[in-house]
Amino acid sequence: MASVDINQILAKYANAGRDALIPLLQEVQESYGYLSRDAVIQIGRQLNLPVSKIYGVATFYNQFRFHAPGKFHVQVCRGTACHVKGSAGVLEAIKRHLKIEPGQTTRDGMFSLEIVACIGVCGLAPVIRVGEEVYAEVTPDKVKRILNSYRRKEAANE
Amino acid sequence: MSELLFNRFGEGCWHQTQKPCPDLVDCLREGPKCQQNEEKKAEYAKLMAVYRRDTIAKPVIYLGMGTCGLGAGAGKTLAAIKAYLNEKAIDADVVEVGCIGMCSAEPLMDVQLPGRTRVGFTHVTEDKVAALLDGALKGEFDREALLGQLKPQHDGIKAWDDLPFMEDHDFFKPQTRWVLVNCGLIDPGSIEEYISRGGYTALAKVLKSMTQQEVCAEVETSGLRGRGGAGFPAGTKWKFALRESSNQKYFICNADEGDPGAFMDRAVIEGDPHRMLEGMIIGAYAIGADKAYVYIRAEYPLAIKRLAAAIEQAKAYGLLGENILDSGFNLKVIIKQGAGAFVCGEETALIHSVEGKRGMPRPRPPFPAVSGAFEKPTIINNVETLANIASIINNGASWFNAIGTERSKGTKVFALSGKVNRTGLVEVAMGTTVRQIIEEIGGGIGNGKAFKAVQMGGPSGGCIPQQHMDIEIDYDSLKKVGAIMGSGGMVVMDEDNCMVDVAKFFMDFIQRESCGKCIPCREGTKRMLEILKAITRARRTEGGFQALERFKGIMYLQKLAEVIQDCSLCALGQTAPNPVLSTLRWFHDEYEAHIFDRKCPAGVCTELLIYDIDAEKCTGCTACATQCPAEAIMGKPKTPHYIVQDKCIGCGSCLTTCRFDAITAS
Repeated sequence: MASVDINQILAKYANAGRDALIPLLQEVQESYGYLSRDAVIQIGRQLNLPVSKIYGVATFYNQFRFHAPGKFHVQVCRGTACHVKGSAGVLEAIKRHLKIEPGQTTRDGMFSLEIVACIGVCGLAPVIRVGEEVYAEVTPDKVKRILNSYRRKEAANE
Repeated sequence: MSELLFNRFGEGCWHQTQKPCPDLVDCLREGPKCQQNEEKKAEYAKLMAVYRRDTIAKPVIYLGMGTCGLGAGAGKTLAAIKAYLNEKAIDADVVEVGCIGMCSAEPLMDVQLPGRTRVGFTHVTEDKVAALLDGALKGEFDREALLGQLKPQHDGIKAWDDLPFMEDHDFFKPQTRWVLVNCGLIDPGSIEEYISRGGYTALAKVLKSMTQQEVCAEVETSGLRGRGGAGFPAGTKWKFALRESSNQKYFICNADEGDPGAFMDRAVIEGDPHRMLEGMIIGAYAIGADKAYVYIRAEYPLAIKRLAAAIEQAKAYGLLGENILDSGFNLKVIIKQGAGAFVCGEETALIHSVEGKRGMPRPRPPFPAVSGAFEKPTIINNVETLANIASIINNGASWFNAIGTERSKGTKVFALSGKVNRTGLVEVAMGTTVRQIIEEIGGGIGNGKAFKAVQMGGPSGGCIPQQHMDIEIDYDSLKKVGAIMGSGGMVVMDEDNCMVDVAKFFMDFIQRESCGKCIPCREGTKRMLEILKAITRARRTEGGFQALERFKGIMYLQKLAEVIQDCSLCALGQTAPNPVLSTLRWFHDEYEAHIFDRKCPAGVCTELLIYDIDAEKCTGCTACATQCPAEAIMGKPKTPHYIVQDKCIGCGSCLTTCRFDAITAS
């Protein structure tokens, strides 16, 4: 995650109105990975909105996170097609393997887990996305292999 | 972006982005009109043929690079293709196209040799690239991976003698591809390719020769109904907004495809973004809006990228921006990323979200066409609706409404998924039967299982059982059997799926996505989920009055559903009980088995199953015992284990863990 100065992002939204709130939140989350308290306060100052209002909006939408995600963000699709093809088992396997619940991050900061409504790859269900990469036709057995491949990649980088 | 084509017109042409000319699109297609220069005209005819890929100088390799293709490994395939061409020093074009719709056969690769038709291959994973290309570039095709060849579009192209045509393939033959006509065939990153196939001619025609009233009337007579779900006639809606006098109007394209199980909007934007964009510009002109938003899901990063690129290209050609094609009409298009809320598919909620507020619906009227975004008249149309506009304008309303049923005209794209052999995007004429889609196009149910139901319309829709498979699809017929057209998700279920579980799944989704504004939806859906959970809970985990509550809940389930339908504020709440009502209607026996016999006939509701270990097969590897969260599995290592039924909580983790098939569930 590139650590861009939040002021740089805010500068782009000078004189912006309320309708810029969601894009601004998205951009901040894009560069920081989540919305920190400080960031929300600064956004509030910029747009002249109370912090409570911003949290009201941010917590309404599924996209926004309020604590740092892991290095690899795992999204499990729980759409209808994925459900029918057994995504519950996949989610269960990931939870067991990473020992975290959706919305949490592993202690080593490697993985975080999130449930999403639909990635839109219903033809190849069940689907998970790790970072930017989409994995199709995932089974509980494959989960371990996929996640371990990221661990190995990371170990090789160090 | 490559060079702008109009820069080649040369002297005499005065077209510039700052000083546009109404004939631009025609000139691009046929050469500059203002010059009697036959040479130039021939040059442009040739150029267009190149963009249509009618004439190619070197082999072209097309690869489906939609999100589904990428999920199936198209990224690696692309790298393998490039490596192969490099290694063998072969000069060929590699074109990244969108999705042709056959998701289950991804990654899809097509090869076209100069002067010949395009030949498609399925399941082209990276390891198969070299072998396939070795043959294909010489004109020898691997029959096993072959999908078929495209029909030759003009005389310069010769078909291969003994290859089947793609259009005759079972998957494509029953389809009528109007919206998806370019998807998977053209490079979505090239506006020139879209123009070469007749793109933006509708826009030119509208701006040059049609009044706003005429555009609205044409769309209204065509009978095009909103493809987002509710099915309101698009032209009528436009007329409402046109009638309003206001200094500012907005046009919004709803690409917030929240229905889990539908992905046609994503595929259209990824595969043919200009088609939607053109429809949107025409729509904005028809109602007199000079600002337009595309509200698109943030979960579709690739679609957003393609759309942003398409907007930039359209701007460069002067098809967006100020004084479009010298008509005096201005339009600015802004992409708004949805932040993940199902309720934002509802018009008024979407508008609130665009305004930067919580996406909560408000009572209508006033309808958005009168007072919408920023309290100005606003029209919201779905991607697929807009993708139909250009062809309606080009071919006329009577061409469009010649196909379809009495009250539903044209075609509809369905996202076919679930337990069928061929999944993907299918576009059929209205009035096609459900059976045709599942058995002919989808190739029937896989693994020799029996068809149980098809879920249509997502969380607001319902199931169509076996006995209604011959129903002709249109907006009204589906309502009669308790389903809806919705955005077009079609999830097929076989005998291994439990309908109570499906209903529970949708209730779980809806109660999470309920915005919480009105009580019937917020509290009602939660209660319904509780009741369904009670039905699927094992007796061994029930305590106190829970068994009593279970029976009480069942008595109220139907009543509760009706209250939610009648009293909710928006369409989300009003349709929320549909999955439960429809499964109750068609699969009453399954509910009864769960409630009275405490059994799940399909074996999906894990808590209702009784697990056992087959001592013959168990090797005593202890894998299940370590996984069991309730410590209900006993036994010494290397000797057969057993399950203490009193301790078992029925989570089913032992079943998924065992590698020796020793665990049985009944």
